[in-house]
Amino acid sequence: MAHYDTIIIGAGMSGLAAGIRLAMFDQKVCILERHQVPGGLNSYYERLGRRLDVGLHAMTNFARRGEHGRPLTKLLKQLRIPYEKLELSQQHFSRIVFPERQLSFSNDPRLFVEEIGKTFPDQKENFSRLLDTVIHFDDVNLNNKYQSAKEKVREFISDERLLEMIFCPLLIYGSAWENDMDFSQFVIMFKSIYLEGFSRPRNGVRSIINLLIEKYLQLGGELRLGAGIQKIDTENGVVRSVTLDDGEVIQSNKVMSSIGLPETMNIVSEKQECPAAGSMSFTETILFFDKKPANEGIHDTIIFFNDDEKYYYQKSQNLCDYRSAVICFPNNFGYDDYDEGVIRATFIANFEKWNELDRANYLLKKKEVREQSLALIARLFPGFNARLLYSDVFTPRTIMRYTGHIKGAVYGSTQKVRDGRTAFKNLFICGTDQGFLGIVGAMLSGISMANLHCLMNGDKA
Amino acid sequence: MDYQALRQKIIDIIAEIAVDEDLSNIDDDVRLREQLDLDSMDFLDIVMELKKRYKIEVPTEDYPKLATMKSCIEYLAPKFA
Repeated sequence: MAHYDTIIIGAGMSGLAAGIRLAMFDQKVCILERHQVPGGLNSYYERLGRRLDVGLHAMTNFARRGEHGRPLTKLLKQLRIPYEKLELSQQHFSRIVFPERQLSFSNDPRLFVEEIGKTFPDQKENFSRLLDTVIHFDDVNLNNKYQSAKEKVREFISDERLLEMIFCPLLIYGSAWENDMDFSQFVIMFKSIYLEGFSRPRNGVRSIINLLIEKYLQLGGELRLGAGIQKIDTENGVVRSVTLDDGEVIQSNKVMSSIGLPETMNIVSEKQECPAAGSMSFTETILFFDKKPANEGIHDTIIFFNDDEKYYYQKSQNLCDYRSAVICFPNNFGYDDYDEGVIRATFIANFEKWNELDRANYLLKKKEVREQSLALIARLFPGFNARLLYSDVFTPRTIMRYTGHIKGAVYGSTQKVRDGRTAFKNLFICGTDQGFLGIVGAMLSGISMANLHCLMNGDKA
Repeated sequence: MDYQALRQKIIDIIAEIAVDEDLSNIDDDVRLREQLDLDSMDFLDIVMELKKRYKIEVPTEDYPKLATMKSCIEYLAPKFA
């Protein structure tokens, strides 16, 4: 029977990063992935020769080569991947669009500060005090306790309209909580989006996944695709082995699970209280056009759209909540690696409503989402006159099928386990439910959990 | 092992961990953290590399002894003997 030092469940960003760290220091390590394509929440697929990315629209936490102390440079150093290999290109600029007010931001934080000063002159000083607090906050401390970010930010920002606009991108790019988030997570997201910013690796998310896999295999790590786990076999609070869907049993001293906390607790053999799954899920429409947005006068990289002064980041009452959306223009980065024009439009959705549809209605409703996406693009950019070549829509149901996240909850459970420990001595959590978010956060989660629990045996340096 | 030879071994390890750093002007008496972009995760890597390459174990409580190049060498010299 095979016996490993560590088994990692899930070949997403966090699992792969954890695997690299362990293989680097000669552990016998195996990553088990249920699907045939790695990537997890940030993955990709092909349709009719077109490349479609799923997951985050961009990489957050942009940093220049060699820039000290940034999450991105830290993680590249830990993975020993040269910066150049990512071939990052930066966003042009992004916009938060609310009724009658909008704020642009780019990878130069001065733009955001300037825009807030112009649009909310009486909040200028308040915002600079908030900024100062954010910069000096120890956001990655694993011992930080939950604190409502909205309550905390209200100590600085007294205009709710500005507060809602600041929160909008941060919530939809990472919050498992409805309408609020933990202040540590707010700070992580704030820095990663407003202070560091968006970029895109050449050819999208698959480049990062391929880079991680290449490094991992080079170091001697084993990767098994199509290897789903039906049970984590435990005995008196200790994991002994895992049992695959086909009945194969694999032994391991430690198990690091990146599939989510409730999803992990669901498959341990000694029943555990199962934390609730989150309820934030989404639809996304991926549209291909015969013209590139830039040729039609659209230069934004990402638009965070909201049709009300209040931003409703909460589970949709209907299939989708069309009051808000995120629209991404993947062509609009420093360089453009697509042949066609591409637009991705995301709406907040309701898992149960999507899940109960029969096949005919499901397909019909997907069409409706596509029509709503096209209508919103036409509303924001009346001059965009391009022919639709191809489109695909994925729903909360698709997300559950391909990521295993219960209820298609993209950002996982509202219960985060910052130190990665579980009720089982040698079973640890990394990834979404550890609580570092985004592509960079996911990789840092895998690295820090592998360091803490598998290389240092849980003692903190 | 003499000071320079041991120093070179440590430089080789740091070079592998911090690919983007210039290591030609390290002041042996100044904390490495103040001269280079090294954080606690990177010190873990120095320790892991010592174990991997030379089978030298550095317990967690001794990490502060790796603060400067000089203190590294003084601490590690008997272990290399």
